[in-house]
Amino acid sequence: MNGKSEITEKYLGLYKDNINKISGISSAFINSFRAPAFEKFSELGIPTKKNEAYKYTNLNIFFDHDYENYFMPVPSDFIKAEEFRCDVTDLDAHGIVLLNGFYPTLNEKLRQLPSGVWIGSLNEAAVRFADIFEKHFGKYAKSETDGLIHLNTAMASDGVFVYIPEGVTLSKPVQVVNLVQSDEDMFNQHRNLIIAEKNSVFSIIICDHTLSPQKFLTNAVTEVFVGENAHFDIIRVQNEHNNACKITNTFIHQEKNSVTSSNNITLHGGLIRNSTYHHLGGEGAESYSYGLFLADKWQHIDNFVNMDHAFPNCTSNQLFKGVLDDMSTGAFNGRILVRPDAQGTLAYQKNNNILLTDDAKMDTKPQLEIFADDVKCSHGATIGQLDDDALFYLQSRGIDKREARLMLMFGFAHEVIQNIKIEPLRERMDNLVMQRLKGELSRCASCMVKCG
Amino acid sequence: MLIINNLKASIEGKSILKGISLEVKPGEIHAIMGPNGSGKSTLAAVLAGREFVEVTEGTVSYLGKNLLEMAAEDRAKEGIFLGFQYPIEIPGVSMVNFMKTAVNEHRKHKGLEPLSASDFLKMMRDKKELVEIDSKLANRSVNEGFSGGEKKKNEIFQMAMLEPKLAILDETDSGLDIDALRIVANGVNKLKRPDNSFIVITHYQRLLDYIIPDVVHVLYDGRIVKTAGKELAIELEEKGYDWIKKEVENNVIA
Ligand SMILES: Nc1ncnc2c1ncn2[C@@H]1O[C@H](COP(=O)(O)OP(=O)(O)OP(=O)(O)O)[C@@H](O)[C@H]1O
Ligand SMILES: [Mg+2]
Repeated sequence: MNGKSEITEKYLGLYKDNINKISGISSAFINSFRAPAFEKFSELGIPTKKNEAYKYTNLNIFFDHDYENYFMPVPSDFIKAEEFRCDVTDLDAHGIVLLNGFYPTLNEKLRQLPSGVWIGSLNEAAVRFADIFEKHFGKYAKSETDGLIHLNTAMASDGVFVYIPEGVTLSKPVQVVNLVQSDEDMFNQHRNLIIAEKNSVFSIIICDHTLSPQKFLTNAVTEVFVGENAHFDIIRVQNEHNNACKITNTFIHQEKNSVTSSNNITLHGGLIRNSTYHHLGGEGAESYSYGLFLADKWQHIDNFVNMDHAFPNCTSNQLFKGVLDDMSTGAFNGRILVRPDAQGTLAYQKNNNILLTDDAKMDTKPQLEIFADDVKCSHGATIGQLDDDALFYLQSRGIDKREARLMLMFGFAHEVIQNIKIEPLRERMDNLVMQRLKGELSRCASCMVKCG
Repeated sequence: MLIINNLKASIEGKSILKGISLEVKPGEIHAIMGPNGSGKSTLAAVLAGREFVEVTEGTVSYLGKNLLEMAAEDRAKEGIFLGFQYPIEIPGVSMVNFMKTAVNEHRKHKGLEPLSASDFLKMMRDKKELVEIDSKLANRSVNEGFSGGEKKKNEIFQMAMLEPKLAILDETDSGLDIDALRIVANGVNKLKRPDNSFIVITHYQRLLDYIIPDVVHVLYDGRIVKTAGKELAIELEEKGYDWIKKEVENNVIA
């Protein structure tokens, strides 16, 4: 067993049994990453609590389960995907649906939008846009500690590809809907690549949904390249059932003077782990990382941020909030790394959490590693109840306690939501958060699963 | 309107109010003065329904009802308003949403329909003018990042929106510039009607030049130790509290 855990062994076996099948549907370039990634994965394994970055999150319950593995879409899947409609009806976006990690369209696997923008299947793009693709794929998703990144590289074969050429402003956002649906418990992985070239402006919304009540495990990796002076926003909305585990790993590489924001809104989900890696890879870059989660029952939500200041005069700001009810648990681990050359760094971090019961539990851990001297850096974390003074202030104006509590929780959450620039989405999030806080089900209309 | 009888209250077991009796009739303005820490804000907190102050003795009747049995929100809906000495910042809750909820709760209590969005905005506009509050403040989160003076004006704005029967203003004049002081005083005077009353807590006679009190009380060490007309405020401004403290001590000895 070479000291590897049984669970890791299982995934090593899965790779060996299926690598031919997986390679058969992928480009040679993507395939060239698989063997080295597999090596790395067999060295690192599935993260356990011994891994500092997974200290508060036990993945075993999901990785130890036997799943049907999803390596290729079947024709009936295409129909399901076409039937899906997002219920944010006034959201005007270029839509893409991924079903179980695949781009489920028979024809037109890549779509051209105005100004030379392309969106569509990763697998297809690897062949059709080999030049651009090979410049970026596999360049940003790197980890010396997290085996899951390598498991994804070794085995994922499809996902979303988005290409915004130099100088282009895409006025409508791209919306990717990740659907998971199956008659069997299922493990799937997908891989996205987003390229926003120099001076481009672009935002993407990624919605994670589960459509059937089976047990699901998803391990996704997204690589983003943000060119010089480009503006890029990514908003992730997660609304999955209690029996689903979603692991997302997002790597955002920024060039000089670029500005990016990432916003992870977790409304619902069994076990969620979002790792967001920001690489400030050029002078004067700005990076904003936001997150909000609402958890109840036995849910566990873990946000990990790695803010890597590699160049001088960059700014970063992290704001993560959680509202925990029942016996739910959460974790936040925000790392700020300021490398020796990164003089003139401004780096801020805030993590605030509200525990609504005595059984709910939150772990928060800032991790500052600062190797430059001209640095302004602050961090603060709170875990507490609703503020009594604020509650009384509202009551003293005639607002009853229940309503006052709701208003405070909503206000708490809205501080994160307000950073979403796309208005219909922001309003919809405010709405869903309010419903969720009221204890009404906040699933999108299309979700069949009743978690309440 | 308000009858306080031998009210005693403590915070975390420490006795703060040591037997207060006070009657406020409709249309009256009462000023309460007194040194720091004498219990003025604690009295205001008891009247507004703050739970951490424990009433140990005495009664408070408001419009014939036992005030001490009512929840804070019900007291507000029955017409009691507290202007906070230190207004609270509530990030993420907009002034508009806050006031709309509060106004409609008051209306529901009176058996009225909620205001339409346009009627509500018109009401906001009118009241903003009345208290000369910067329009932009109303679009922000409750008190968040407001200056000290803006927070105080915002209290008067909320009072104007809710039209209370009994307003307790706890040092609303502290931290105001001369213009703001005049605006706040005007706000109070415009809201003054024969059937509503004010309790104005202040350290400065200055405010009482604008808001003419019917009665001035001095609260010292949890007791009302002196009650007189508005000339008492002028005397206090000149002489400070030492002579009153001495009087009290002599009385205790005597
Ligand atoms: N939450 C609290 N916990 C403990 N003690 C308190 C609390 N609030 C007030 N006190 C104490 O009660 C006493 C009266 O305080 P209060 O705020 O009522 O005074 P005040 O007359 O309003 O003073 P000021 O003029 O400074 O506003 C003080 O000794 C104060 O320290
Ligand atoms: Mg006071």
